[in-house]
Parts: sequence; C-alpha cells; structure tokens
Amino acid sequence: METIYTLGIDIGSTASKCVMLADGKEIVAKSLIAVGAGTSGPQRAIDAVLEAAGKTREQIAFVLATGYGRNSLEGFADHQMSELSCHARGAAFLFPQVRTVVDIGGQDVKILRVENGAMTNFQMNDKCAAGTGRFLDVMARVLEVDVNDLGTLGAKSTKEVAISSTCTVFAESEVISQLAQGTDKCDIINGIHKSVAGRVAGLAHRVGVQDDVVMTGGVAQNSGVVNALQEQLGHTIHTSPLTQYVGALGAALFAYKKCNK
Amino acid sequence: MAKEVSPGVLALRKVVDDVHADARKAKAEGKLVGWSSSKFPCELAAAFDLDVMYPENQAAGIAANRDGEIMCQAAEDLGFDNDICGYARISLAYAAGKRAARKFDPETLEYIIDPNSGKPLKDENGKVVMGEDGKPVKDPKTQQPYTVLVDIHEIEAMPDGPLKDKYWESVKPYRQMRIPQPDFLLCCNNICNCMTKWYENIARMCNIPLIMIDIPYNNTVEVHDSNVAYVRAQFDAAIKQLEELTGKKFDEKKFEQACANANRTASAWLRVCDYLQYKPAPYSGFDLFNHMADIVTARAKVQAAEAFELLEKDLEQAIKEGTTTTPFPEKYRVMFEGIPCWPKLPDLFKPLKANGVNVTAVVYAPAFGFVYEDLDGMARAYYKAPNSVCIEQGVAWREGICKDNKVDGVLVHYNRSCKPWSGYMAEMQRRFTADLGIPCAGFDGDQADPRNFNAAQYETRVQGLVEAMEQNAANKEG
Repeated sequence: METIYTLGIDIGSTASKCVMLADGKEIVAKSLIAVGAGTSGPQRAIDAVLEAAGKTREQIAFVLATGYGRNSLEGFADHQMSELSCHARGAAFLFPQVRTVVDIGGQDVKILRVENGAMTNFQMNDKCAAGTGRFLDVMARVLEVDVNDLGTLGAKSTKEVAISSTCTVFAESEVISQLAQGTDKCDIINGIHKSVAGRVAGLAHRVGVQDDVVMTGGVAQNSGVVNALQEQLGHTIHTSPLTQYVGALGAALFAYKKCNK
Repeated sequence: MAKEVSPGVLALRKVVDDVHADARKAKAEGKLVGWSSSKFPCELAAAFDLDVMYPENQAAGIAANRDGEIMCQAAEDLGFDNDICGYARISLAYAAGKRAARKFDPETLEYIIDPNSGKPLKDENGKVVMGEDGKPVKDPKTQQPYTVLVDIHEIEAMPDGPLKDKYWESVKPYRQMRIPQPDFLLCCNNICNCMTKWYENIARMCNIPLIMIDIPYNNTVEVHDSNVAYVRAQFDAAIKQLEELTGKKFDEKKFEQACANANRTASAWLRVCDYLQYKPAPYSGFDLFNHMADIVTARAKVQAAEAFELLEKDLEQAIKEGTTTTPFPEKYRVMFEGIPCWPKLPDLFKPLKANGVNVTAVVYAPAFGFVYEDLDGMARAYYKAPNSVCIEQGVAWREGICKDNKVDGVLVHYNRSCKPWSGYMAEMQRRFTADLGIPCAGFDGDQADPRNFNAAQYETRVQGLVEAMEQNAANKEG
C-alpha cells in the first residue's frame, strides 16, 4: 500500500514548527523557525520541512494547522485545530500513559487532562504573561544571559531568592533591584524558575494532576523550570527531546486520522 | 431578509421602552425618579408609584452600544480605579454628568463623520463594493459621527442658543444614554458588595438620599430566621424612609399588587427559561441575556408578566413547529457562566456559531426567578442572589440547570469587573467537571470594559472546549 504522508504545522507566538509523518507512525522530517505568527516563520518552516523530506505539497495527503496563527494558513492547510488537542495527542504518542500535559508556550500556559490519548478538559492562564515563555525571555534579557542557558545557570544557585509571580513587569523590576543589590545571577535565575513553577502549579491544581505528567513546549528544555515544577507538584515530569515539536506532531497525527475517515 | 421578531419579544421590548419613557416623563413633570440596584425589592418602590431606573441594566446597554470604554475612562479621569466594576465606572461617570455624544463642528453645527465607521456597501447583487485602495467601501447611510465625551453640567452653564441646543441633541440618542439624573437611590448589596460604595459615591456626588438594604453573605444553604428578621427590619426602615421622601403613606394594596405582579413575572420568566431544556432549544440562550432588561427593570409590573407569558406562547408554538431563533444547527449545548462581554457580543458569538455551540443554560434563571408567599418569604428570596449565597448553593443551582438543560460543557467568563463572581469560579469549574463529567473552559473578559477582552484568546478556548466536548461524546459512545 502506498505510504500516506501528513503534515502538522504549529504556528505559535514565538516559533513555527512542522512535523511530517509517514502513515501516522514515523517522523519523516521536522523543522523549526524561531519566529511565529505574522512573520515569515510559518512559510520558512513549511519550505524547510518539505525540502528535508523531498516532498511537494501535492504529495502530502492532509495538512493540519494548529497554534495561535493556525487561521493564517487558510488555502494551504486542509483543516485547523486548537493547539490544546494537538499537544495532548502529540504527548500521548510519545508517552502513551500520559494523563496530564503541562505546556508552557510563548504567551500562554496550558494544563491538559488526557484520557485514552485525547484531551477531555483543560485550563489556560489568564491574560497575564507571568509564567509563560515570554516571561523567561524578558528575564533572560534583563540578566544578559541566553534564555537557553537559564537551566544550567539556575542549577548553580546556592541561595534562595524569591521573585514575584504576579506580573512580568513587577518581576522584571524585582530582578533589576536584586542585581543592583549584588545578588548572584544564578540565585536570581533559580528564583525565577520557582516563580514560573509556582504560577503553573496553581493552574495545574485546578485541573488536578494525575500521573503520568508530561511537559511540552520550548520551556520544557529548561531543566530549572522542570525541576522546580516537579518539586511543587510532587510528581515526576516526563519530557522529550522533541518537546518543541509536540504540537506539530499532534497536528500531523490528527491529519492522519482525518485521512482515514 | 430581516429576522422575524415574535410578538412576545416585541411586547418585552415595549415594556422596557415604556419604563424608560415613563421615567423621562416623570422627571420632566418634576416628579421624583430613583436609581436602583437590580435586586433591591422593587415591590417597595412600586407601593409608592415611584419611577425607577436601573444603573446595572443601563451600563450593560451603554456597553453594548460600544460606549463602555469612553465612560469607563471618564470615571477613571474622575479618580476611580480601573479595577472597579465596569458597570460602576459607567454609572459613576453618568451620575457625574458625563455623556457619550456625537462630535460636531461648533461653527457649522454639522456632525463630523468617522470614516472608519459603518457597514460595507453592497451592490444590487449583495456583493461588497471594493474601493480603489482594495478595501471595502463603507455604506454612507450606516456611518456615524466620532464619539466624544460631553458634560451635562457644562452644557447647562452655556448661554441659550443653537450651540447649546446642538450639544443637547448630540448626546447619543439611545435610551440608556438618556436616563434622568437620580433624585434618590435604592441600594441592596445582595447582588454584590461593590454596590454599597458605588451608591454611596452617587449619593454624595448628587447630594441625594440613599436607602440601603444590607444583605450579608450567607454561609449556609438555608437562610436563618435571624437573617430574615434582619432584612425584614430593614424593609420596615426603607418603607419609613420612602414615606418621608414622598410625603405619602405606604399603600399596602399597591404593595400587595406589586408582589403579585413580581411573582407572576418571575414564574413566567422561569417557564421561559425552562424552554432551553428542549433539544434543540427553540431559542439561543443569548436571547435570555436580552430579556434581562425586563426581569430587572419591570419585575413588579403586570405588563412584564403579560409579555413573558406571551413569549411563553411563542415558544410553545416554536416547539410545535420545530423552529428556533438560533441561526445555526445546534451541535453542542453549553452553560455560559457569568455576565456576557456586552461590548464584544459579536466576537463572543462568532466562534460559538462557527462550532454549532448554543448557550442553553445561564445562571440568571434562578437568580431572578424567585417566587415568595409572604414578607418573610420575600426577605428570604432577596437573601438569595448569585453573589450572596455560599458555594454549595451556587454549585447546586448551576449543576441543576446543567442537568435539566442537558449541557455538554461550560464556558466560564472570568469577568474582570466582577471579582466575587469570578473568584469562586475556579473551584466551581473543578466541581462541575468532577460532578457532571463535562469539560469547562474559562476566558478572560469584562462585562463593560472592552479593554479586558482578547478575541484570539477567547477563540482558542472555545475551540478547545469544542474539541474536548467532541472527545467526551466519542468516549461515551465507546
């Protein structure tokens, strides 16, 4: 039987990700461009994934778009779904026992309840950006460190520093005042991780945390946040090297399901 | 084709129009006009034949007419914090004499049209006419002047003449922007505690009497006899204050008639609400929000009872004929928790329509559908408002409606204007899912201030809710 290729595209607020699947099982190609909705990122991510797989749009049986910019792909994508369902589906593909998904994206936080591999309930953050990826970006900029190094630097902390979790702007000024007082950057970073974890844990408790807990999205690469959240939730958190692609993976899986309908 | 409006809906619209017209007429004739909180016992004012306006209902109308932001900002300019309820801010700005008005040129007295306003112009085939810039051309007939803020006290101080007349004329003509200034206030804090300070501020601002009925938060499902006695005593005090205010004696017959009317209206309202139990529902739950104006402003009027009874007949007919006012096939049924974002109704409705989601349950039904037999019963009834009851009672009300009205999910409005209501929703959401096995989605918004709502965030949450409801249905089917 001929192989069916499906493509999932996740256009977030800060990055564009694509995953191409063969027969809904095997990842053929993936791409990530570090800019999201409203930029050239989505098109570049699509071009990159098609090139990596050596395919054209016509050879893809079904394209499903998700993420904040999902509606911008009308005409290219066959269908669009919310990133909520796609993250749940992608996480369940990587971790079949998953019951709770924590996704920290660029501008929102999602806690998903997953049953039999599908999302049945969820909680999202309010309008405030505290506790999101953007919050970490802002803090890294103030601290003059690369956002990707936050995990390693935070691990070197020796002293507890409390950073507010209520507002990005207030937290930023707290960080500045800590720096002015000569507080060690690593301690501040550790405080920031705990602040993010506190915010996310509060949201997670609303849905109820059940094992297995999987964390998805770019922030899952930050071991500092993962460890702090693990501590606050009292549950082991599973992550995958594909963490940034989970939404796009879920979209590609849903695309395959649509083909078989 | 214009949407056909049923006789019941037309009657309900007339009732509210008449309430407003009567109040304007009373004011013009030098009679007293009061402002009242939505769940102050209106039966008391009716016993004195008093004309009463309802600032909450007024603020909702102003917000729906897209003037919420300018009025909220006007209140903030007066020094009120933007964390205060949007209804309160609109009302406080209005009480201070601020009005949304149409901008005009003081030289020519011609209105200045906002080029961004209006609907797209359509040709004879119904196609949108595009301009040279590639953008749709606006239909000049639908274009409106810019909105500006005016102050009635400043207008009053102007010398008589065409300019002054034009300023009066420029005040937006819809009824909520034309309610008379108050001569007295009737405040009951059963609906929310912000009400107390809100009305105290108006009383000081306008230097008018405030009649207050305090209903403390009730920690138990039952209303204790001592609480009833506390409220009864306040009813007596309010009657005395109204006697002093009007110079009239309390008319027991009129009071009894008002109570009978209020009970009849409430019963009819509850029966109308119950029609949402039909699957598919004969109307969109959003219609109920519109009928709130009647249940709030005219509860003790026989015309309101008659109009709701007429609507009931329309609905009975709709069931027989299998028709509905919902402009899409009903695929999912949800409870909408909280007050709608009045300034953003089209944004609120769009993703619901796109996904076939009908609102078939709202918590307003029990909140305003209370029936009582005597004065003690009336005190007990007024004790039970959405924000004065304990969480167990609140959950029981809502879960009852969810079951009766067969909902598949709950859409929760975390209303920035209403901290008491939104504050307990996280726990309520948890209980709905645990007790009823249905998904819930929350979104941030505001009942009157459009700055607190984001359409893209809302859309994602609605889509998530739809996908979760779909999954739930699939799981149930096995």
